[in-house]
Amino acid sequence: MAEAATELLTTADGRPLKAALQAAQARARRRALLLVLPLLAFVLLTFLIPIGYMLKRSFEHDGFAASAPALVQWFAANPDYDPANPPEEAYAALVQDLARMQDEKTTGTSGTRINYSVAGTISLFKAGARAAADLQPPFKEALLAVDKNWARPALWRGMESASHVYTPEFYLVASDRKLTDDGWARGGDKERIYLYLFFKTFLISGIITVLCLLLAFPVAHLLATLPMAKSSLLMILVLLPFWTSLLVRTTSWIVLLQEQGVVNSLLVSAGLIGNDGRLQMMYNMTGTIVAMTHVLLPFMILPLYSVMRVIPPSYARAARSLGATSWTTFRRIYLPQTLPGIAAGSLLVFILAVGYYITPALVGGADGQLISNLIAFHMTKSNWSLAAAIAGMLLVSILLLYWLYDRLVGIDRLKFG
Amino acid sequence: MTLEPRNDAFVAFEHVQKSYDGVTLVVKDLNLSIGKGEFLTMLGPSGSGKTTCLMMLAGFETATNGEIRLDGTPINQVPPHKRGIGMVFQNYALFPHMTVGENLAFPLEVRGMGKSDREAKIKRALDMVQMGAFANRRPAQLSGGQQQRIALARALVFDPKLVLMDEPLGALDKQLREHMQFEIKHLHENLGITVVYVTHDQGEALTMSDRVAVFNDGKIQQLAPPADLYERPDNSFVAQFIGENNKLLGTIEELSGDKALVRLRTGELIDATAVNIKEKGQQTLVSIRPERVEFKPEMMPAGAHTLDAEVVEVIYMGDILRAVLKVADSDGFVMKMRNTLGQTRLSPGQKIKVGWHPQDARALDP
Repeated sequence: MAEAATELLTTADGRPLKAALQAAQARARRRALLLVLPLLAFVLLTFLIPIGYMLKRSFEHDGFAASAPALVQWFAANPDYDPANPPEEAYAALVQDLARMQDEKTTGTSGTRINYSVAGTISLFKAGARAAADLQPPFKEALLAVDKNWARPALWRGMESASHVYTPEFYLVASDRKLTDDGWARGGDKERIYLYLFFKTFLISGIITVLCLLLAFPVAHLLATLPMAKSSLLMILVLLPFWTSLLVRTTSWIVLLQEQGVVNSLLVSAGLIGNDGRLQMMYNMTGTIVAMTHVLLPFMILPLYSVMRVIPPSYARAARSLGATSWTTFRRIYLPQTLPGIAAGSLLVFILAVGYYITPALVGGADGQLISNLIAFHMTKSNWSLAAAIAGMLLVSILLLYWLYDRLVGIDRLKFG
Repeated sequence: MTLEPRNDAFVAFEHVQKSYDGVTLVVKDLNLSIGKGEFLTMLGPSGSGKTTCLMMLAGFETATNGEIRLDGTPINQVPPHKRGIGMVFQNYALFPHMTVGENLAFPLEVRGMGKSDREAKIKRALDMVQMGAFANRRPAQLSGGQQQRIALARALVFDPKLVLMDEPLGALDKQLREHMQFEIKHLHENLGITVVYVTHDQGEALTMSDRVAVFNDGKIQQLAPPADLYERPDNSFVAQFIGENNKLLGTIEELSGDKALVRLRTGELIDATAVNIKEKGQQTLVSIRPERVEFKPEMMPAGAHTLDAEVVEVIYMGDILRAVLKVADSDGFVMKMRNTLGQTRLSPGQKIKVGWHPQDARALDP
């Protein structure tokens, strides 16, 4: 027996069995690959490459480095200079680069790049570049005569940072750091918007997930237990929102919830609230939560339903016959068996909510904006790198959640239906 | 056909009716009393109302009309968890997220039993079904037969006086099923519990029960011990449902007491025992078990009528030989012969004469 185990098995014509198996299956594998190839190419072209490119933008920017070669060289040669008092050679390199920017018309891009971390530099660069060709040594005095802001240590720190093509600057800004005269520091209370918005996004997503779970659980249970004809009808009602444009659904919420909307008018006519005490349910966090809960509800119902449908009613009957009350039966027998569905639905709704854009943009007002609205804001303001950095942080935190979830619940226990 | 409920009955159905849609009755005026310690089987085709009766007894369905009593107390209004009835389900219904031990602990926990008492009872129940070593396994790690034993142990662990079983062996293969039949029977005898067992498998009903209630069309067709049911069916439904059966259609030619002479549609005369026949000239269906049909003259009673038969085919089945005959107007008349050393081997096309003892041929309503 021991001999047979160590001996390499061969086919009847003497080829090793493993190689023969591989060869026999190679054709089937190639055909399978051909089948998925179009999708693979599609995903690669439209999904993975753009995301990779976007993430690259979050730590790469050559707007300044490409148009200021003299300064890049000087910063590389003098890593230990004093930003509070840069020497004459540094100013000479700066003036040389400014003149070059004026020639190559790259003042705008350079100024904008520095402006990402130090405010007010676009006009400074424009004025400096216009004057640069006429300046005579000593360049320090000459440039400071044009604008004394050229001596600001924060500006020099910003230029040094921007002289590297690869920089963590955007991530620092996205985590509420600010470039001051003394280097990177935490921003003031009013400037700490990003991390606060991250926190708020996660909190609102959590609230929406819990609301969806509470609303979806009974509906999914009904769907799973009603007779076929009735459950099909109910299923259509659940899926109806999927067949309606998201924009239409969100706008209907505006119609319903705005200050002069249906709900408020009903409450006023019922005498529950006064005409001057109309409730603010739209263009704030309440509006975002209500509309998003509605939009994301099917994503909770469907995984729950698919799990509940296959729980045989005999479990509940068995528990009852063994002496359990209906509450004990629910808590100890039914609920634990629906956990994979709860987990899948919650994960799905939470991740969708964290990245949601259109609904908060329409109904959120100033108060109900989420992090994705901020990403969109920076993209329209063409600070793509900062938008990419925030998006990157969002991606990482979701992956982190996913990993945590896998450790706690186990991804293999998920059931999406 | 039903017995009037006795007052000392442990379980009693009195004039119980059940309708799901308010139009048709699934259970029609059921009267049934089950004695303490009895093993009663409800047998019938699907849709005959047997499972509905069991569910009403368990409390998962409410009786539309009538009263169900358990140990003298009406239980129509008692919720299932307060009835204290153990139940074994067809698909076992073991809780998949709990181990075997936790499954068995569940009925004890909800009764507020302490941990040490629980463990003693669980151990006893598991030993009872020879599954003592499996307390920490999950149901999914057990075979069908093992799950069945655990389901049985769980239904018994809280010492119920009454245990209901809803086709508990339906999902097992034949050998295991027969083995489990004996185990359940032994448990019933050793524990002295009352068992109400639902099945559509007549073999199961005959081997295990003290009495069998044959259901059809929402009514009990016959309630009798297994031997009576097989040998003395009350009507043609029972005769055909239980075991294999030859039927010959004819009219009553002569009737004296329970002795009847029947003229078949093809003109031959045969002897039979009248069961639910009232008068001469009545249409009747004569039922004869294949193993009671004889073709050797020396085995037939003297003076008995015989019928001409032609062998259509002989099927070798191991323990028996099964001959399909053409008799009177029936092409599928079956005769079973023991496969003994000296047994006559018939061949297709052979002409023989068949007969039987008059008490084995039962003239029933058509």
